[in-house]
Order: sequence, then C-alpha cells, then structure tokens
Amino acid sequence: MSSLLFATPKELTGWLAKLAAGHRVLAPRQEGPAVVFRPQTAEQLAAADAEALLKRSTSSPKQAMLPQSETLVQFTSVKDAEDPSKLTTTLTVPEAAEPTVLFGCRPCDARGFVVLDRPYLEGPLKDPYYGARREATVIVTQACPKAFSTCFCNWVGSNPADSEGSDILFTVVDGGYALEAVTEKGAALLEGAGFAPADDKRQAVEEAHTAAAQGLAPSPDLAGAPAKIARRFTDEAFWTKETVKCLSCGACTYLCPTCQCFTITDEGSQLNGRRLRSWDSCMTPLFTLETSGHNSRAAKSARMRNRVSHKFSFYPERYSGYFSCVGCGRCVVSCPVSLDIRHMVTAAIEGIEAEAKPAATEAAPQPEAEAGKDKNAKGKPKKR
Amino acid sequence: MSVLKGKELRIVGFLCNWCSYGGADTAGTARATQPTDLRIIRVPCSGRVNPLFVLKALMNGADGVLVSGCHPRDCHYSAGNFYARRRLELLKEFLPVIGIDPRRFEYTWVSASEGPRWKSVVTNFTARVHELGPAPKWEDVPARYDMPEDLVNPIRPLGCGAHPSLPELKEAIKAALADGLEGVLGWKQGFDAIHAEPVFMTTPEEVDSLIWGPFNVQNLAVQLPLYKGRKIGVVVKGCDSKGVVELMAEELISRDDVKIFGMGCNGTVNVSRILAKLPEGARIDGCTCKGSKITVLSGGESYEMTMNEVAQDKCRICTKPNAVLSDVFCGTPTTEPEEPEDGRSPALRFLDSLSLEERMGFWKGQMERCIACHACRGACPMCVCRDHCVSDSRNPEWVTQEDTVQQKLFFQLIHAQHLAGRCTGCYECERACPMDIPVFALKQQFGRTIKKIFSYGAGLDPKGTPPLLTYKVDEPTIKEHDLA
Repeated sequence: MSSLLFATPKELTGWLAKLAAGHRVLAPRQEGPAVVFRPQTAEQLAAADAEALLKRSTSSPKQAMLPQSETLVQFTSVKDAEDPSKLTTTLTVPEAAEPTVLFGCRPCDARGFVVLDRPYLEGPLKDPYYGARREATVIVTQACPKAFSTCFCNWVGSNPADSEGSDILFTVVDGGYALEAVTEKGAALLEGAGFAPADDKRQAVEEAHTAAAQGLAPSPDLAGAPAKIARRFTDEAFWTKETVKCLSCGACTYLCPTCQCFTITDEGSQLNGRRLRSWDSCMTPLFTLETSGHNSRAAKSARMRNRVSHKFSFYPERYSGYFSCVGCGRCVVSCPVSLDIRHMVTAAIEGIEAEAKPAATEAAPQPEAEAGKDKNAKGKPKKR
Repeated sequence: MSVLKGKELRIVGFLCNWCSYGGADTAGTARATQPTDLRIIRVPCSGRVNPLFVLKALMNGADGVLVSGCHPRDCHYSAGNFYARRRLELLKEFLPVIGIDPRRFEYTWVSASEGPRWKSVVTNFTARVHELGPAPKWEDVPARYDMPEDLVNPIRPLGCGAHPSLPELKEAIKAALADGLEGVLGWKQGFDAIHAEPVFMTTPEEVDSLIWGPFNVQNLAVQLPLYKGRKIGVVVKGCDSKGVVELMAEELISRDDVKIFGMGCNGTVNVSRILAKLPEGARIDGCTCKGSKITVLSGGESYEMTMNEVAQDKCRICTKPNAVLSDVFCGTPTTEPEEPEDGRSPALRFLDSLSLEERMGFWKGQMERCIACHACRGACPMCVCRDHCVSDSRNPEWVTQEDTVQQKLFFQLIHAQHLAGRCTGCYECERACPMDIPVFALKQQFGRTIKKIFSYGAGLDPKGTPPLLTYKVDEPTIKEHDLA
C-alpha cells in the first residue's frame, strides 16, 4: 500500500512517547510472569526497552475496545421534598472515547477486532460504546517473528503477517523495525514520525514473513466445517467425551480476543448507581439460567459445545463463512487442563459429511474456509 | 457527613441480639457516656457473623470492626459463640496478609447486664482505632508489581525419570475396569510433550495412554464430586490424595465409590518455568526426562534443565509424596521428608517481608491484571459449590461486576475464607491462574494459622473434621481478647 519506513528501537520508543502526549498509549507490559496491555505514560515509553514492548500478551487486547467492565450510564435520582414518591432522575453518559494507540498487537489480535466489528457495528443496531472506541483507536501491529507452538492462525484463513484489522504493521528487521501503514488512519499516525524511508528492507520483511509462516503446522481442511459442526450438535456422547476434563472455569472465554458476550447489571443503590456492561462467559451456568430455574445448558459439555460451535459454525453461518476464532491459541496454552480447541474442531468434523443442504445454503459463499486454504500456501495476507 | 469529615471514624459493630445488644442498651439506659463512632448492626448471634461481613466492611473503607457476643457457655443457641470464636480468631490472624492492621478488628463478649463493661469495650476499641487513624484507602496505595522469583530449595530430591512401576499400575487399572469399575481418572500426554491432560480411562487402550511423571500436574480430585454415586477410580499423587481424603471427610464423595490408585511421586513441574527457559513461543518438539534432568527439544536445539530449577513450589516442600490413602499402591513409596522449617510459598515469604501498606500495594498490583475468569475456583477440588458459588449471587451481592481491585480481591477472600481448614495445599488455584497471580498465599495464610492454633492439616484423615466445623468449650490455644 504505502512505502516502508525504518525505525531503530530508540526511535520507536521515542515516537510512542511523543504519541502519548495526545493519546492513551496501550502497550504490553510484563507484570510478574504475565504480559498485559496497559496505558503507559510518555516517560515510561521513552525509558522503555523496545524489546519489552514487543512481547506477546497473556490476555488479549480486546479490553481496549470492550473493557472488562464499563459504565454505560450513570443514574442519580433525587426525591421530591414535597412528594417523596416523585423522583427526578438524571442520566449521565460517560465521556467520549479517548484517542488511543494500541501498540504491539499481533495479527491475530488485530483480526479479533474485525470479528468483533460484525456483531457490534454491522446490522441495524450499532454499539455506540464499542464503535466510539474503535473509531478512536489506531492499531499498531507487530508481524509475528515466529509462530508459537499453540498458534493456528493458518487454520482460520490468516498468517503471521496478516494486516487485516491493523492500521500499521511492523516487522522486526536487522537493527530495528520496518513499519508500513495499512490504512489512512495508520498513515496519519506515521506522518511526522521522522522515520527514514526503507524500501530496501522490503525483501528482508518478505523473508521474515515467509519464515514465520513456515513455522506453523499445516492446517487441516476446514472447508465445510460450519455445516459439519452443526451436524455434530446433537451428538451428546461426543461433546461429553471431549469435555470430560473441562473444569468449566471460563478462562478460555476471558482470554479470547473474540469472545464477546456480556452481562448488564446495575451497581450502587437504586437512587445513585451505574449501569455496567461486563464480560460474561458461556462457560458459566448462570449464562443460560432462566428465571424459571431451567437451565438450557446445565452440563459443561453443552457449554463447551456452544463455544466451539459459535466460533466454527454459528458465526460463520451468520457472517458469510468467517470463523470467529483467530487462532491465537491463548485458550489452549492457558487452559488448566490443556483442553485443545484444535483437537475438538478436528474431532468434531471427522467422519461427518457436510450434508447436501437446500440450494440456498449450499450456494452461500464460504470465503474464509476456501480463501484461507490457498492463501496459507503462499503465506500472503488475505485480502477481502 | 461528620463521619467522613469530622473527628469520627467509621467503626462497624456486629452485636448479638441476646447479650451484647442488650449490654449496649443497658449502658444507654444508664446514660453512660460513650464515643459515637460505632455503627451497630444487630445480629441474632455472634455465630451469625460471617467473617466475610467483617472483610467486606474493612475492604470497603471501615476503619474498624467490632464483633461482640454472649460470653462462652452463655450462648442463647448453646454453641454459636464457640463457632464464632474459632472463625473470628482465624480471621484476625488472616488480616495482615492483605495489609489490614489486625488491631482494626476485634471480637469480645459482653452480656446484657454488663452495661459498664460495654461502655469500656466501646471506649477502648474506639480509642484504639483512633490511635491507628483512618484506614488506608485502596485508591491511595501505590500498586507494586515486583516479586522476587526466589526458588525454594527442595527438602527432598526431586526426579522426573520413568517410574518403573507404571506397567504394574496400568495392569491394576485394567483389572479394576474388567472388574466393573466405570472408568479411572488419570493423565495422558496433552498437546505437546510438556503438557499432560486429564483422561477418563474406560478401555484398555486408554489405560495404555496413561502417563506418570513430572507433567501430571492436574489434581484430579476436582472431578470426583461430578461422579458422585458412580463407581470410578482415580490415580493420585500424594497431594491429590489429600483432596480425595478431604472430600471423603466432608462426605462429598463416598469411600465405597472411589478406588484410589497411587504411586510414589518425585515432583511435578511448573510449565511456565520450563517455557521461561526456552525462546519466547518456542515449539516443543519433544522432551526426555532422566534422573532429575529434563531435556526439551525445540527447533533443532535441546534445552537442559533440572527439576530443582523448574519444579512447582509445592513439590519443593512436600512431605506427602505418597498417597495418604489408597486401594492400590504400586512400587516402593517415596521417602517422606520431615516437615520443612519454612513451608511458605515464595509469595507469602515476600509478603511477610513487607509492611502492611506495602502488602496492600502488592495485592493491588497483582489483582489489577485479574480477568475474573475464576479458573482458580474451577480448578479447586474443595470448591464444591460448583454452579452455586456465593460470589455469583446478586442477592446477597458479595461482589459487584466492577473490575476494581477491591472486587477482584474480595472474590479471592471469599475463596480463601471458604477454604479455611479445608484447603489441602494442592496449589491448583495458582497453577490454573492464566494471569499467574499468586493467590495461593491467601490460602496458606489461613493454613499456617490453623496449624498453629488447631494443629490440624486438611486431607490427612477421612474421618477428620475441619476445625471450623467443630469447637471446644475451652480453647486453650485461643487467648481471650479482653477489651474491657
């Protein structure tokens, strides 16, 4: 798209420190053994070791757009002195989203936002909170220098240098970083950064991208997976067996860059409080507990079936074949019992023929599954 | 208004209806002059005072909390205050670990006729809290993120080599399956050579996939209550067996339903410590274990490490490497070492070295990254409420949905409090934490107090009773806290 720019580690941190003057800069920070995205000040960034800002985060950066808990509206009610049954209620909507630079995403993380965009921004009802943050955020992504053992972005039509969802993509090259604007938003952020043009690094960048892609284990054939997993839905014995070890703890859902479910609660008192939206998890029994006391997903197998099916069947069926898993592997690496979604997906589609469905569904395009397959072979970013 | 801005401090009092509330009334009718900082909540009995009431008040800004009930042997319900005495004494010893000065909390006994005594209790306690001043606020304490990665020297040799009796164990399991057992919980290799995953073995082929070694980290006792009433087996390390025993002691599973298979354990690994020795994100191509040496193959390189470098903290101080209760025990038992002088987890050791305010800062820094997934609860074999955890309740609302440090830490306090006297020290809460928060230190704080006061260790006797589920009329190891 645009030309390559080169930054040394010092120049990179200097640029981020400068950006911190007008933006909230979120960047990875080591806290104990974990790495988390944190707002960092200009001083912290200027003094930071660039390497430290390039670590892959333990939890996903989705909190930048969908905070763990956010105030949707604040309410204050005042009783009428003459007639206490009368209330005057004032509603306050929180301030607009801060301009933000989200630095140090990985391509899978950035693609996670594209997955979230579909339910949150497409269709008749747009989520203003998510939308405002998305609008105000510039995503600066690092092309993965190498694939982690639990990475499987190639399964879901991506690769370690995918620029989808990012505004700037940078690659570690000899002596520094080669940055490239992916969107206009990204180009605007790079303007005036003072980085040297570096089109001579193009080859090194390409080579780094190819090397990283080669580190990934080959993907199974996921064509038709959504239909196959849908057909697996009623196979209770399968899901029970697959989830025998599951603790139903929910760590997978909270770490996931694309898990998007939330709950809405009022906190504080009836007269003075906040309406909150906070992360929820389909792994908990409360998620589907009905007022009657009936729970449609009382067993952990039914809950995990929902998680796998949502990522690989419901979502693709609703959104033109795109999976809602980005293959980051966090749910695999952090699962206390090493439950592996890769195994569940391959096991679920094994031995199932995609049923010959009525023409309408049959004709529906499945670009992700199809496109993903041949793009992987070339290790090139997927274009839509 | 005056409470916040004036000279008064916020002190919450939980008073038993039958004695202390009457005592306060007596003092009032006698027109005894008393400080006015105390806000009284009347409860039916001091035994009704859930220690979480006190914790919640202190976490949310109370400067002091006072609990007062009938004198021992004088309880309206016979034994309420006996239970209260144990719970509240433990609570008082627990508070310093989260940075709360234990002098901000007190419990005492005042009868309905003791008006003058009530007056001096309230006067003395208020004076004490005033001396301490307003409680430090979580918002004002600087968060700290440091924790030295100190490895504790193992008290016994740790090893990772192949266990010679594994084939014997497999045969025993196969025989038990043929004999009518529905299945046996064990481990098989997970998605790579350094990860194991639980497996419910029902066929001989599945039994052949069973592994035994340093990667068998999960405590399978957590699964047992789910199989209640079914005849199954479980393979255990020494630490896991304590979970099984504790579940039996609490009658959550039946001894007759569970067949326990054990072998001597030589320690397990902390997988994060292995990964830290490899380049970031390295793919594991293989792993060989010999003696106490682990060799991990990755990207054409081999990385050597010893068990002493990568073992879990709990294994370093483990005194029960063999199943404390088993039906089938294969091979020779591992030598059981003496109790270590210092059995503290690295986090607790570090906390002990900090001032109270620094401890608040420690938890603030640690809990900030908590994603409230509650994997700690899911992995805990003693969290038997499962789908009915009190923290999920909206009424009473113990924790809100806010993602503040106080709320997230309060969940941990609920967990620790509910495990007091029941925690077998299996460390699964901390191992399961995806954000590596040292939550076990909170349980260990209760654990060491229980050992000190009640000389009790959970999970050792299937007929044992956790100390908070019982009482003694005279408690020689609990000293009276006389405020009068």
